Amino acid sequence: MDTLKTGCREHLALSRRQLMAGTTSLALWCLLPKAAIAGTRDPRFLTIVLRGALDGLALAAPVGDPDYVRLRGKLALPKDGAGAGLPLDGFFALNSAMPYLAGLYQKREAIIIHAVATPYRARSHFDGQDVLESGLPGVAISETGWLNRALSGMPDAGKTEGHKGLAMGAVVPLVMRGPASVMSWTPKANGLPLRENTVERLMDLYAHTDTGLAKAFAEGLEIDRVATVSAQPAGAMAGAPMMTNAGPAAPKPAPAQPVAPAQPQPPRPFRDFIDTAEAAAKFMTTAGGPRIGALSFDGWDTHANEGVITGQLANKFGGLDAAIKAFGEGMGPAWKDTAVLIVTEFGRTARTNGTEGTDHGTGTVAILLGGAVKGGRVLADWPGLSDANLYESRDLKPTRDLRTITKGILRDHLGVPDGALASSVFPDSAKVKGLDGLMA
Amino acid sequence: MAQRPTQPRDAVTALRRFGLGPKPGDVGKIAADPRGYVLGALANPALARIDNSPELEPSPAVFAALEEARIEQVIIRTFGDKGPAAVVVPAAKVASATMAAPTMVGGEPTAVKPAPRADQSQPVGKVRRDALREETFARINRAVATDTPFLERLVYFWSNHFCVSITKGPVRALAGSFEREAIRPHVLGKFSEMLSAVEHHPAMLIFLDNVQSMGPNSPAGVGRDKGLNENLAREILELHTLGVDGGYTQADVTNFARIITGWTYGQGEMVTAADQGRFIFTPNRHEPGAFPVLGKTYAQPGRAAGEAVLADLARHPNTARNIARKMARHFVSDNPPPVLVAALEKSFRDTGGDLAALARTLVNAPEAWEPPAAKIVPPFDFTVSLARGFDLKTPPGEMNRLCNVLGQPLWQVTSPKGWPDNDDSWMGPSPIRERLRIAEQVAKTLPPSADPRTVLADLAGPAVTEHTKLAVARAETRQQAFELMIMSPDFMRR
Repeated sequence: MDTLKTGCREHLALSRRQLMAGTTSLALWCLLPKAAIAGTRDPRFLTIVLRGALDGLALAAPVGDPDYVRLRGKLALPKDGAGAGLPLDGFFALNSAMPYLAGLYQKREAIIIHAVATPYRARSHFDGQDVLESGLPGVAISETGWLNRALSGMPDAGKTEGHKGLAMGAVVPLVMRGPASVMSWTPKANGLPLRENTVERLMDLYAHTDTGLAKAFAEGLEIDRVATVSAQPAGAMAGAPMMTNAGPAAPKPAPAQPVAPAQPQPPRPFRDFIDTAEAAAKFMTTAGGPRIGALSFDGWDTHANEGVITGQLANKFGGLDAAIKAFGEGMGPAWKDTAVLIVTEFGRTARTNGTEGTDHGTGTVAILLGGAVKGGRVLADWPGLSDANLYESRDLKPTRDLRTITKGILRDHLGVPDGALASSVFPDSAKVKGLDGLMA
Repeated sequence: MAQRPTQPRDAVTALRRFGLGPKPGDVGKIAADPRGYVLGALANPALARIDNSPELEPSPAVFAALEEARIEQVIIRTFGDKGPAAVVVPAAKVASATMAAPTMVGGEPTAVKPAPRADQSQPVGKVRRDALREETFARINRAVATDTPFLERLVYFWSNHFCVSITKGPVRALAGSFEREAIRPHVLGKFSEMLSAVEHHPAMLIFLDNVQSMGPNSPAGVGRDKGLNENLAREILELHTLGVDGGYTQADVTNFARIITGWTYGQGEMVTAADQGRFIFTPNRHEPGAFPVLGKTYAQPGRAAGEAVLADLARHPNTARNIARKMARHFVSDNPPPVLVAALEKSFRDTGGDLAALARTLVNAPEAWEPPAAKIVPPFDFTVSLARGFDLKTPPGEMNRLCNVLGQPLWQVTSPKGWPDNDDSWMGPSPIRERLRIAEQVAKTLPPSADPRTVLADLAGPAVTEHTKLAVARAETRQQAFELMIMSPDFMRR
């Protein structure tokens, strides 16, 4: 915790200086950016937090494990016929509700990471999410998340001129909270423009009385501007206004988006999430817009009637798959510079419980996908599902620390130096090395 | 406890921090004894209740209506929804349901998503929507009208502590009656009584899956592939009583889950009419045996073991600590003064969880009255405070819609933890900007004669921030003055 506190103070001090002196003071931080990368690439990164504890054994099923069917019963994917998994590497099969992800895997643009977990080993959603998002080695109160703290260490957070981070949703998720400036956006925000004169007066009032409201309100206005643009079809984004008034860069027309063949509409409840993912792509492809984003998707806590093949979880997977597709296609040519990391706080019990669901567990899956990813493989040091190999005789045993993945991406895709990764981004994690070779 | 002399800002603190915002004239009326005004709300516990009425049915009646609708639905699905449906659905029922629509609303209410469906083919959905609408309207109307707003704030605090969500099947129809039955009667009673009422209520048993849980070695469970569900047991320990750091283990969760197998509600032909839609204990599903929780073994037969665990949890010191922290954070600050938390914890322990005593301790603590007004007024309370302060006749359906826009749809929490109780969660840029849109709408409806300076003095009292006063006084138009007033920290924080 001490490390983190110190780190945060430095970041805060920096961002105040930056505010006063403009962006050039980034050089003061100067963790020797990979200069060769900056300028030629414009890497994008989105993390999707699935809240409620995703059942990894339902998403990527170890159909080759001799104990799998015995443990899972009705929640096991059949070997063939309706609901059979989409083949991954012979041992694992992907839930058939995720055909788009399977396609990315085939194109070597997706990695399934299995038997993975954060350092958290108890079973509270809220604590688990806190550890997942704060980047701390254990449960502790944190006001900031690893992705926000990582922003400060990125040599060039894209061509961002205003906010460095993007948070989709009315509430900024913890992973994106912190000293670096973040814009957030909700799809509901629509209406007539606010009167400029009133806005100015209100900003003046806040400037004298309430810095918290001043900051929130100013961001709300900026977002309004971008959202107005985003609400238009992608092709109409030429001449889009800048995120902020800072910087002379001329707005670039957004490239034409490839048109996908018509697909059946996803279940209505997931439409908001899909729209949000699509909007995230618009922000992240806007000239001068944020390049690093976070969004979350609730409702993975499947205690009863889990519905792995058809039913609630299968529908949920379908929604997630459609969101990945909407985001991926929305990124257009920028897809080649894009990585998406999908994570959850922990997994679920290996055995089906008494109500055809699963309870809070430990090891689960994470998914890394995108045009910048060296995909087409399942990364798993598979512990096996025999009773002796289950964690606390109930859960998939975690054999990989999720931070090795996150660190690998932040280092190789976004240029965050190892020093920052081991201290300010993931405090007290020097022994947890970032995995090599995740990125193409 | 040392009493602190009344200060000019106390009247506003009493009405905002411990209330739902002043009505016109309130600040002046209570200025002589603001603390006495807040404590006065505790004199009559009955004022916290909302009684049953033809529109607000008790939970068993809601279940009966749902069951009747379910049968109608089966018939309609079997025979189609044309022609015969009109015969199958008793005409009287359709008529009465239509008349139950609120009359105070101009036009169709927007409380429930305006998805005009063929109600006759979706009777269950209609029962759920109707019950939710009536309960929502009753809660909002009470909030706007009440003269004991501190009681309502206590209700909201406890209702959020023991939250259920309308996103879970029949809970949509039950969230309101749950609050009226399990929360409101107990906000000035004993914590143990509220805990017991909550954990026995069908809405909670459904929301946290205990109705699905079955002892693997129970008569019904042996040889079946049905079994335990830990959800309710876990959340009782983690959220309702001890707190996440409350010192329990996974084994405690599992054992507690075993102990409360068989806790469900009555439904179906096997259950007597008197038990329909009410808590019942079914020995057939109950896991036999004695199990330890927190180091103590509960060997009582039947439901008595679960009752004993709840009773022990209610008086556990970690429960006192958990509740004290949560209450101080809710009413005073994200980082409340430790001395205040300690006073609440001591009160809870010394009185055996007397919630009226706990509320008095809060109000009598000098620290609870200290500036600055830190907490962002959450969307429901913000919307209500506008209706109270400006005497708006906004239809409750529209107010409910605004709560949705601002990110706090009623009884629709996204996790069993309830709404977050920190300022950041309500300070997202989009919702804050949406508040200005709402302020614009409010300002437009005020009579042209209303003088913003007078209104500000009336509602914000003598301790109003100087900058707010200036901004209002110098505004370009009356409308703009009201917008700035509503958006000022004096109105947005408490």
